[in-house]
Amino acid sequence: MLLIRCPYCGMDRPEIEFRHAGAAHIIRPGPPDRVTDEEWAAFLYLRDNPKGRVAERWRHVHGCGRFFNAVRDTVTDVFVATYKAGEPRPPESAPGASEPTEARP
Amino acid sequence: MKFSLFSLLHQGLTGNQGWQPQWRDPAPKPAYDVIIVGAGGHGLATAYYLAKEHGIRNVAVLEKGWLGGGNTGRNTTIIRSNYLWEESEALYEHSVKLWETLSHELNYNVMHSPRGVMMLAHSVHDVQVTKRHIHANRLAGIDNEWLTPEQAKEFCPILNISRDIRYPILGAALQRRGGVARHDAVAWGYARGADRLGVDILQNCEVTAIRRDASGRVTGVETTRGPIAARKVGVVAAGHTSVVMGMAGIRMPLESFPLQALVSEPVKPVMPCVVMSNTIHAYMSQSDKGELVIGAGTDQYTSYSQTGGLHISQHTLDAICELFPMTRRLRMLRNWGGIVDVTPDRSPIIGRTPVPGLYVNCGWGTGGFKATPGSGHVFAATIARDEPHPIAAPFTLERFTTGRLIDEAAAAAVAH
Ligand SMILES: Cc1cc2nc3c(=O)[nH]c(=O)nc-3n(C[C@H](O)[C@H](O)[C@H](O)COP(=O)(O)OP(=O)(O)OC[C@H]3O[C@@H](n4cnc5c(N)ncnc54)[C@H](O)[C@@H]3O)c2cc1C
Ligand SMILES: [Zn+2]
Repeated sequence: MLLIRCPYCGMDRPEIEFRHAGAAHIIRPGPPDRVTDEEWAAFLYLRDNPKGRVAERWRHVHGCGRFFNAVRDTVTDVFVATYKAGEPRPPESAPGASEPTEARP
Repeated sequence: MKFSLFSLLHQGLTGNQGWQPQWRDPAPKPAYDVIIVGAGGHGLATAYYLAKEHGIRNVAVLEKGWLGGGNTGRNTTIIRSNYLWEESEALYEHSVKLWETLSHELNYNVMHSPRGVMMLAHSVHDVQVTKRHIHANRLAGIDNEWLTPEQAKEFCPILNISRDIRYPILGAALQRRGGVARHDAVAWGYARGADRLGVDILQNCEVTAIRRDASGRVTGVETTRGPIAARKVGVVAAGHTSVVMGMAGIRMPLESFPLQALVSEPVKPVMPCVVMSNTIHAYMSQSDKGELVIGAGTDQYTSYSQTGGLHISQHTLDAICELFPMTRRLRMLRNWGGIVDVTPDRSPIIGRTPVPGLYVNCGWGTGGFKATPGSGHVFAATIARDEPHPIAAPFTLERFTTGRLIDEAAAAAVAH
């Protein structure tokens, strides 16, 4: 079970309090009447699915109920950062950046 | 060496000293006609049918680890064809038919055991969906029948059909031709068959790049054992498909999730069939060694770690203990995970890609073991002729752009 820090509650809480909600920072294309089938397909279905750092959405369903974003390494499952919805991906969590000092496996 | 009663007797009487390795360990050639990436069951079956049915024998199967060490060697081996949509019915039934003669075809005992797969219904909704399935399957000529709780218990005596449990059993669908097979044997049987037809199986050979010419066409791959040229490359890398296709600049409609299973200590035969419950995320069968083989749902997050959370197994065991009270005092021997490649519509992707010469067979997610022979068969035809096999034709990558999804997720028996 993962330990996840909710950026709103400011606490490390067990994974069963959270729902994973897919890849983060996916921007809906628009306006709808000018979006091609290829753009819709990319928005709806295509995913980077990286082996390494992924930015993803989580929801603290059994806590504050809010959505937030996280960067996690999909090889070690270690969280690199969690941050509030609407905030940009932290630069230190970029794919090539060094490992976090305080690893939480 | 052909396996027969005679060879068994002969070896038995001479101390089993004469068995030969079942496939070669060749050095990579500089070039092949076709390269298959991934020596799981699907990749090996593809190579076998390329050689056997299409006369394309200058083929290499490249495997980053050992053959059959991916999901093929990690799955719970349930075989069935009672899917909802016509496209899926055709694909999975094609496979079930091939399973029925596979041991003869390969001269290798894959221990195919059509002992029946029973899928439980626990709510009014489940009953309606299950019956809809049964009717759809029967219209397609696929066996599937409705059982009352009493009939279900007759078929599987250790089932708990009392009405006062959290998820009481209101009935079940039974596909009698469904069952299990020996996962390793399928990989080994296809490996041996392909090897004898001239296919090179190259283990410890990870593909690290896909080479293309100025027109964009595939010219080969780079591997940890050096570059290898080929005009056609088929990617059959299951959980790692996004990574390999990324080497050719293609983003896939896939996400990779951990899927776990576990086995109990071996006990005497107690379970004559496979029982699955999609509603409460649990299924169980008994292996020939006597272990109860138990499977769960996927973990919720994407991962390549081949592990998962213990709470997933615990949740499954809660359900198993309620469905089969005799399991409550059993010890679990081991648990493990595989990485499954899941598509948005929970149907596989088989076919050509936007890159000429590059083919892909993936997205089997939590349920592709049952499809191993059929998947290899139609994918081989697709590669050989450079056009989709009729059964594979609906399962193209383009369906995510055209919107012609084959949505087995929402209404169907999606589990395994
Ligand atoms: C726990 C569990 C239970 C399951 N239960 C069932 C079940 O009951 N019934 C069912 O039908 N299905 C089940 N499945 C699903 C089934 O296992 C898979 O769909 C199926 O085995 C996929 O076969 P494959 O040959 O495509 O993949 P794999 O066997 O995973 O083969 C892919 C191979 O590609 C190799 N590879 C990856 N990247 C590279 C690279 N860069 N270079 C070279 N090689 C590479 C991997 O090492 C691997 O060996 C289960 C899966 C799991 C994990
Ligand atoms: Zn919170």
